[in-house]
Amino acid sequence: MSGVAAFAGSFNAAQAERLLWRAGFGPRKGEAEALTRLGLDGAVHALTNPDREQLVGPAAKDEKGRPLAPYDAWGHDHVWWIDRMVRTSRPLVERMTLVWHDWFATSDAGVDSQRLMLNQNQLFREHALGSFPDLLGQVTKDPAMLLWLNGSDNSKRSPNENYGREMLELFTLGAGRGYTESDVRQNARALTGFRNDWKPGVGTVNFRYDPSAHDAGVKTIFHKRGAFTWKDSVRLAVAHPSHPSFFVNKLWGYFIPTPPDAATLRALEHVYVGSGNRIKPVVAAILKHPSLYTGPRMVKSPALYNAGLLRRLGRGIDTTAYAWLGAMAGQRLFSPPNVAGWDDTRWLDTATWRGRWWIATYVLKPFALDPGKAVQPFDAHALLDGALTFWNKPELGNATHGALLAFAQNALGDAAGTAWKRKQYAVMTQNALRQLIAVSPEMQAA
Amino acid sequence: MSDCNHCDGLSRSRLLHRAAAEAGRGLPAIEPGMPLPAGTGLSRRSFLGHGAGALLAVYGSSKLGLRALEEGIAAAAGGAAQPILISIFLEGGADGLSVLSPQGDPLYTKLRPSLALSGGSAFSEDDRLRWHPAAAALATLHGEQKVTVMPAVGYTNADQSHFTSRHYWEVGATSTSLRTGWLGRYLDRVGVADNPLQGLSLDDTLAPALATAKVPVASIDGPDQYDFWSNRVWGEVEDRMLAAIGALGVQPTDAGLQVAGSVAAQVHRLRTQLVPFQNQDGKPAYTSPVAYPTSDDAFPRRLAGLAAMLAAGLPLRCVALSAPGEYDTHSNQAPALSSGLQLTTDSLLAFQRDLEARGLADRVLVHVWSEFGRRAGENGSGGTDHGAAGVGFLIGSRVKGTMIGAFPGLATGLDEEGNLKATSDFRAIYAALLEQWLGTDAAAVLPGIDSFARPALLT
Repeated sequence: MSGVAAFAGSFNAAQAERLLWRAGFGPRKGEAEALTRLGLDGAVHALTNPDREQLVGPAAKDEKGRPLAPYDAWGHDHVWWIDRMVRTSRPLVERMTLVWHDWFATSDAGVDSQRLMLNQNQLFREHALGSFPDLLGQVTKDPAMLLWLNGSDNSKRSPNENYGREMLELFTLGAGRGYTESDVRQNARALTGFRNDWKPGVGTVNFRYDPSAHDAGVKTIFHKRGAFTWKDSVRLAVAHPSHPSFFVNKLWGYFIPTPPDAATLRALEHVYVGSGNRIKPVVAAILKHPSLYTGPRMVKSPALYNAGLLRRLGRGIDTTAYAWLGAMAGQRLFSPPNVAGWDDTRWLDTATWRGRWWIATYVLKPFALDPGKAVQPFDAHALLDGALTFWNKPELGNATHGALLAFAQNALGDAAGTAWKRKQYAVMTQNALRQLIAVSPEMQAA
Repeated sequence: MSDCNHCDGLSRSRLLHRAAAEAGRGLPAIEPGMPLPAGTGLSRRSFLGHGAGALLAVYGSSKLGLRALEEGIAAAAGGAAQPILISIFLEGGADGLSVLSPQGDPLYTKLRPSLALSGGSAFSEDDRLRWHPAAAALATLHGEQKVTVMPAVGYTNADQSHFTSRHYWEVGATSTSLRTGWLGRYLDRVGVADNPLQGLSLDDTLAPALATAKVPVASIDGPDQYDFWSNRVWGEVEDRMLAAIGALGVQPTDAGLQVAGSVAAQVHRLRTQLVPFQNQDGKPAYTSPVAYPTSDDAFPRRLAGLAAMLAAGLPLRCVALSAPGEYDTHSNQAPALSSGLQLTTDSLLAFQRDLEARGLADRVLVHVWSEFGRRAGENGSGGTDHGAAGVGFLIGSRVKGTMIGAFPGLATGLDEEGNLKATSDFRAIYAALLEQWLGTDAAAVLPGIDSFARPALLT
């Protein structure tokens, strides 16, 4: 129907699990199996047309049991969002919210207001699967974005081209794809008129459109002349011939690590333009594409990794440590590295891998068995089976399985004939196996 | 965090700072039309240390065993001392017109009504220019003829995208298709198959300028702690657990698993090579003969560690670091630029003094660069937008200490977009560095370099 190829193989638990990782934050216990009953079309339909959101599981709290203060307390914004990822009944909407946070990457380092950042986050959520031009228009006048890319500094008398440039380069067209430096400057002129005030003790307030700050003169953008405003700027960028290919290519990259072939790109562009620049049909087509199911795994982002571990264990948010752990792992939410967002091709390096190890350590903390009290079998196979059951039986390759078994055998071997060591080493080995499984390649990429 | 005895250093400010310091690592995800980052697709093995250990990520050495790496390092360390080139990147497009401000140019205060600087020490080679007060350390070194200034370095038809322009500088050509860095191609020419330290990023990830096609290069995250622990696992079992990290993940079939499984465990022996610059009990195991600036940022500590590595005879050739600070100053430029510039240049002065005290100064040359300069006219937000030519420096005891290219002046030196025109080309600087400092044929490293006249760099 759409002209985009769809996966025609069996939609079993493995395919359902992959879909839940790509379109959400991984399965809860039993979720992948349940999804297979819908079939691929039904599963994608359910993800793209969810019922009203319900938050499932224990409400988030900090380490002292108090409710989170996401507008005010450092790090609470990050864990507030992780909590939403963990508990939502609309995983794709939440996942798309994360996509838009990366696409329109705005950092609290420049905005300096968790409230404005969370307001922007809600904007992304509301428009998650809607109309891209509507989303772009909302982003263009969003206070956090106005601060981040100097949109409210950009006035008739003193133009600032920061947003005007990134809007074309990073948000709609792509570098070097059919616009000139003159277009950037003229676009910045069209975007003039937004203002805000600064109130001592309060911060940035009174975001508004002020016609007297707008440059009402004639601009030439993409060879078109007119007394363009910010609305025209949005319209012209979306109507630019380079936009559809930019949009579908970039969107594809969030779901599938291998690039689409030319025919797929064309078909997706057709879906996008034909729908009146709507996001949902393109996402639905990508989620059904054979490459998603037959291609290589994708390394999970740190937020996805963290939320996925919690979902797998049915654990809620009861610590704010995930904020600084996220920074260690290379993804502090609301603080992308720059306006181009995170580099999805380079999540893992030796420093960020260590951050993931620590995330796993913190996720596992309440489950740790006490070597002085707990009892575990003094048997490597049984210990490994127990640890895999703990994690709800993830599919591990032979190499990983062998490495874990060898570790358990070696660890028990150290206990030799010493009675207290035999007892305690078995328990510690169980704790360690849970840790090692959590950082195994199979748990880091899906 | 009270229940975690490993988290002392993870203060809020450090984390915030760390997030900022990471702002430019690697090039961003590929967008249509955006150049592919140099180094993309290189295989990597990472060697993790336990306890106080360091980390060493080795790129492009998948066929090498650990012992071969060690032996290669040992052999290279015993060879003739090589010249060292250190690349310092000011990420974001540093405002050259503030670093060396043209206070004697009558147009300066017109173009910079709120941002125009006053004061700062005079620049002896051009009486229109004065040093930014925060760059007094460079003025000091310039007075000793240890700084060569490029007052307007860049290339014609400058690209004003951070990501594209940076890529050009990293690969050493105005080409979006090159996948290896200019230093990486030099190392492919002169490097060896078993010494990853020949190209070293002191950073969280590999600097794209160091990306090679053949020989291994490495990154270490400075001399910070690099520890792992788990809940209620200790002693022998913990040692076994940490040793098992390396066994996780020989996964030849799936690209995602290959990436995820690339972390290896056997750093212990390699770590012995790195002991001189590792932390022990939160303090470096090496001592520096001079004081470095105190900062939450890793930059001064990384430079101190680098000097210690050089003093220990480790076989480094090219080293890349990112400078601290915020240089993409679209607004509030004055304070933002000042603090980063101060820490960067104070640290570089300490590094030079360290090398001098250790008798190593004649072997080291530092190249400071940014992807572009900023527009001559300020933007009305107390900042400046992306420009064209910017400022660059060569620092060291052997540099000539006289300008390469003149400051073109604001009356005739701006292009039609109001950006400074380049009076020196970054590719010519690279060619001169390769030929005069590193002693190799620039034409073999830099495509199309023959048409560029090489400036004389050394005394």
